[in-house]
Formats: sequence, structure tokens, C-alpha cells
Amino acid sequence: MDNNELNLLREFSPQLSTKSRLVKGWLLFLLFAFMLGLFGLYMQIIHGHAITGMRDYVVWGVYIVNFIFFMGLSYAGALISGTLHLMKTEWRKPIMRMAEILTVVSLMIGPLFIILCIGRLDRLYFLVLHGRIQSPITWDVIAISTDLIGCLLYLYLSFIPDFARLRDFKELDVKSWRKKMYSVLSLGYQDTPEYNKILNRSKNVMAAIIIAIAIIVYSVLAWIFSVTLQPGWHSTIFGPYFVIAAVYSGTGLLIIIMWIYRKIYHLEAYITKSHFVKIGVLLLILAAFFGYFTFSEYLTKWYGSESNDAVLIDKLFEEYFWMFIISNYAGVIIPLVVIGFPKLRTINSITFAAFVSVVALWYNRYLIVVPTLESPYLPIQDSRAEYLYYAPTWVELFTSIGGVALFCLFFTLASKFVPIIEVSGNAPKKLETKTASQS
Amino acid sequence: MAKKKDKTSRREFFNSSISLGATALFLSNFTSSCTDPKEPGEKVKVLGQNGELLEVDKSELHYCKPATPEESRQGIPNRKFVMVIDLSRCRNARICVEKCQEAHHLLPGQEFIRVYLMQRSEKSTPYWFPKPCFHCNNPLCASVCPVGATYKRSDGIVLVDNERCIGCKFCMTGCPYNARIFMWEKLEVENEKDIEYSPETSIPAREGTVAKCDFCPDLLRNKKLPHCVAACPMGAIYFGDINEDSVTNGEETVGFTELIKNYDGYRHLENLGTDPSVYYLPATGRLFPFERGLEDKDEELMKRYENSPYFKNKNNG
Repeated sequence: MDNNELNLLREFSPQLSTKSRLVKGWLLFLLFAFMLGLFGLYMQIIHGHAITGMRDYVVWGVYIVNFIFFMGLSYAGALISGTLHLMKTEWRKPIMRMAEILTVVSLMIGPLFIILCIGRLDRLYFLVLHGRIQSPITWDVIAISTDLIGCLLYLYLSFIPDFARLRDFKELDVKSWRKKMYSVLSLGYQDTPEYNKILNRSKNVMAAIIIAIAIIVYSVLAWIFSVTLQPGWHSTIFGPYFVIAAVYSGTGLLIIIMWIYRKIYHLEAYITKSHFVKIGVLLLILAAFFGYFTFSEYLTKWYGSESNDAVLIDKLFEEYFWMFIISNYAGVIIPLVVIGFPKLRTINSITFAAFVSVVALWYNRYLIVVPTLESPYLPIQDSRAEYLYYAPTWVELFTSIGGVALFCLFFTLASKFVPIIEVSGNAPKKLETKTASQS
Repeated sequence: MAKKKDKTSRREFFNSSISLGATALFLSNFTSSCTDPKEPGEKVKVLGQNGELLEVDKSELHYCKPATPEESRQGIPNRKFVMVIDLSRCRNARICVEKCQEAHHLLPGQEFIRVYLMQRSEKSTPYWFPKPCFHCNNPLCASVCPVGATYKRSDGIVLVDNERCIGCKFCMTGCPYNARIFMWEKLEVENEKDIEYSPETSIPAREGTVAKCDFCPDLLRNKKLPHCVAACPMGAIYFGDINEDSVTNGEETVGFTELIKNYDGYRHLENLGTDPSVYYLPATGRLFPFERGLEDKDEELMKRYENSPYFKNKNNG
């Protein structure tokens, strides 16, 4: 361990060991919010899905929206950390870990919402026992589990050198079981050229793999919708559209997380404005792509105005007017303007744009799922009046809050277990001058 | 004038074809898997039509045990079922809906067959459009099912096995006709406990699973017509076998090909490529003005048609 690493460990290790009231309070709050979600799930199991807002036409609601949304967030890590790693970009180091944790945690949360949406939880294993490869859901099960394993491996590979440092760091003030854990998890890694060569090669391979898998996962997700004949879903561009939207929201959340950790851990020296601008520019490009795809999708539907499409478009511009404005106008224009003009770029303004993009993307998912189901080929008739429209109930709200809380909980715990910035092989202080790359 | 002519000619056509010897033709050749226990003296309890328990002598029963989920995956041999709905006869009497609900133990608001009020364009006259499951020959619902809970049989019927269904509802978004319903509520139907489940009867339903019109294969095995067909007071629904090329509404038996050929039979949203097994005869030459279907309907029922093109056009213009 060189001096630089030792200094970093000294600086970051308190974050791993502190048990301040603030942290405890935050964790308790998250636990409480998660319990709300569990309560919602309990009520749903007791009373059946009838207590959700879903009905015979809108059979998928907020649960599926959250599912796609969280799966989209997981993209940030796969694409940003994967690509930056392969390109050996120098400035990536301080933000890589956040992106990687974000990926794995959101990949764990996303599928939970599918479980909430399924009518017979007790038969979930049928997906394996009676699985049919012809069904896009089976593709999804295979793709998501592969992605989760791939991303976990990639995350673990990047943890190993840090685990070894923490193992060898005598001043570390944590309980002995955690020290033991670091020691076990570091797999006997030593900072020697041989070890590093193997590690680097594995990371390169995994980075390439998870980029590819992530694209497949998100396309498969899009195909679940676009293989059906529903007027709003049966679209050839859904695959790439979903992929772009996913990276967009993931990048947005990454910026928000960078902002939060920079504030609470005082990482100003490591995460600089330059990082925000660089990731911000990426967000800008993605905003443009997202706007372009959205425009193409709706332009063709509106211009051709086939009656089923016209019904949907009318619905979007009337009943869903504000949602449409937030998601497809604000969600594109605000990031474009804020980041597009260099004068407007500040750390806070870029974070604000990122926040807008994340919210917009959630609404975008909602607009894809719900209005389409409300306007099927045969306009809904001879059904109970309350089947015509969907509105989420408190159960869906509680379980969604629970899901978000679980995301924050996992993220917080992960950042309490390993330094939020890679310690090993890092020379963040020198990064600004772009001179040193190896430690 | 033209309408009237069409009407009479269609009548004549039906009348001429009855001469073939009618219903027996369709009902005769069923190869059924029924067992016929003949042990006199033994009493058994059976469920009556309204769900009441009846005690009858076993020898009086000619009954089929409902097919098990495993048996239900095989179609009835050499059959290819088809339904033809004559839209000119439907007046939204809703007996088909009620009988179907009764037979399948469905609650109000759960329908396997719905009656839509359709209008081809603003200037044309509305008509009533009974919509069961179309039992498509290229069923998207069965393609997308991740666990094989819904499947297409050799006799053309698409069934749901609610002991296999995981309730993902993908089939419901896959079906472009919204033929499927979901069991949202906790189901506590009395006297269903002893009923052995069969995908062919669709009872008992299970919470958290999908259900839909099943073409009543349990009745077909017993050489009977589906509930909706037998119930229709107008004889608007014909049911039959493409292999035999004949369909019947219980009173008249007619040649299927001839019927479709002569009366411009069509399938709804044919362009979607789902290849439905349900055909429609256009409503030209209606036997009733469509307004008859709105008479004596309560408020709840009238509300169900607020979204129909007819009322929408009426309210807008």
C-alpha cells in the first residue's frame, strides 16, 4: 500500500465505521418506509389484488411502471462504468463505484415489483418448472438473472482490491466480524502485478459482457410490450427506445447520487464540477436521443392517424396532458437547455436537470403502460364503469414507497460496507492534472 | 326493400337446410370419453343448475367426469369447432351472458361473453355484437404464456388451466379482443368445495388467475351445445364443427361453408392475423331495430354503453 492509498483509507474508513445519530435515524426511517411496503404486500395477499387499482383492462399498473423504471436505472452502471472502464477513462475512478452499486441494487429492486404484480406468488417457481421458451417473459427471466449475476460479479471484482486494502489496514475501527469478512472476501488478493493482471483481464471481460447483456435485457423488456398487438405498444422502435430511455434515467440518477454523496461525505476534492459536466454532457446527448425517439414514436402515430392510434394520441393529449408535458417535453427540454448552455452549468443546475430526467422517465413509463391498456382495439364496453380507467390505490403507493426505501437502504448499507470511492489503484487528487494513472 | 328481401332469403335458406334432419346431425357423432356407471340403487349427490344439491340414483345419470387438467390438454378427436353469430338476430337480450355467468359461477361484472354496441361508421345503423373468446387458430395469448397455462387444442379450443396459471396477465395484454378476465377478488363461493376442478368447466375459479370463455367443452363431450348457444332466444348463435361443415343453433342445422359464403360471413379484426374461430354474419336485414336492445335496461347496464361509438357520436353531435 502506498502513501496515497493509506491517506485515502484514513479519510474514508470513518465513513465505514461511523454510527452517528443521523445515519441511525436515516436507516430507521428507511426501515419504517420498507415496513409500509411490507404492510401493503400483506394487505394485498390477504385481500387479493382487488385492493389494487388494476382491473380487467388495465391489468398492469404502477407495479410494471416501477419495474421498468428500476430496470432502467440499473443501466447506468452497466453502460457508464462498463464503457468508461473499457475506454480506460482517467476521470472515471471517483464515480465508478456509485454507478456499479446503483446497477446491482436497482437490478435487485426491479424484479420485486413483478412479484407484486403476479396473481399467484405461490406459483412463481412454475416459471422454471413449466417454463416455455416461446414466451417473452421466459426470455426476461433468463436475461434478468444473467444480468444480475454478471453485474454482481463485475461489482465484486472491483471490490476485491478494496477488500484487501481494508483487510491490511490496521487502523480500521470496525467490529471483528467485518474485518474477518473483508479478509475472506478479498480472496487472498495481493497488490502484485500478477494479481492485477488477472483482475484487470477479468474486469475487461465482465465489462464487455455486462454492456451486451444490459442491452439485451432492456430490449427483451421492450419486446414484452411490442410483441403484443396493442396499438400503443406494437412498435418496432420499442427496443432501442427503451434502451436509450433506460440509460437516460440511470445517468440521471447517477448524477443525483454523486451530488448527495459529495455533500454528505464532503467529497468535493474528488467529485468535481468537471465530473458533473462530463456526465452531464452524456445526459444531454441521451436527452436528445430520448426526445428524438419519443418524437418519432408519436409523430408516426399521429400523422398516420389510424383510428386506434388516434384514440390513444387523443387520450395522451387530453386526459394525460400534464403527465405528457412533464415526461416528454420537460424531460427533454430542461436537460437540453440547462446543460446545453455552458453558462447555465453548475453542479446544482446539472443535478436539477438530472432530477427532472428521472421524474420524467417514470412518467414516460406510466404513459406507455396505462393509457395503452385503457384504449384497446375494441373500445371498452359492457363492463363495469370503474373498469374504464386506472388509478393506483394506497396499496400500490405503499408498496412503491417500500421499494424505493429498500433501494435507498441497500445503497446506504453498501456504502457503509465499502468506501464509496475506490481506494485501490486510485490517485484522485492528481486526477485533475491528468498526469498519473497508476498508483 | 333490399333489407326485407335479404331477410326473407336468409330465412328460406335456414328453413331449407333444416330438412337434413337437424340437430341430431351435429350432436350424433361425438366421441366422448364418458364413463357410464350403471349400478342401480346407489345414490349420488350432484350439483343442480342453480348450485343446489340434489340426490339422484346413479343409474339415472349419464354423466361425464369433468376432464382433468391433463386430459383437458387433448382436444376432442376429429373435431374443429366453430361459432357463427348472426348479428341480424341479436337484440341484446343478454340471456347468453346470464346463462354463461350462471353456468361458470361468475359474479356480476365478470363476463365470458359481452355484448358490444357497435357502429361501423357514424352514418350506419348500430348493431349488437356478442363477443365471446374467439378461440383463435393463431392465439397470441397461448404464445406469450410463460408456463403453458393457456393452450390451443387440436379441436380448436383455447383453454386456461387455472391450476397452472401464475397470474402474470401477459395473455390479457396479448389478446387484442379483451376476451379474458382476471379473478381479482378472494373467491368464497359456497358449495364449490367438492367440485373437482376442470379447465373444461372453468369451475371453480381461483383467485389471482385468468379465466375466459371456454366454448364449454364439458357440454360438447356430453353432446350438448354451449350455454350461450342453447340460451339465445333469437337463435343468433350457431355452433358446430368445421370438419362436418355444419353448424346449429339448437333448432336449425346449416352448412357452415354455405352459410359463410352466402351471407358474407366475416371475422372481427381479421387483419390482426389471429385467425379466429368465431364468424359473424353482418347485421344487414336486422330482425329488430337496434333500440330494442336498450329497452328495459337498468341504469348500471346503460352506463356500460356510454363508451360505445353510438352514444359517443350522439353526445358529440
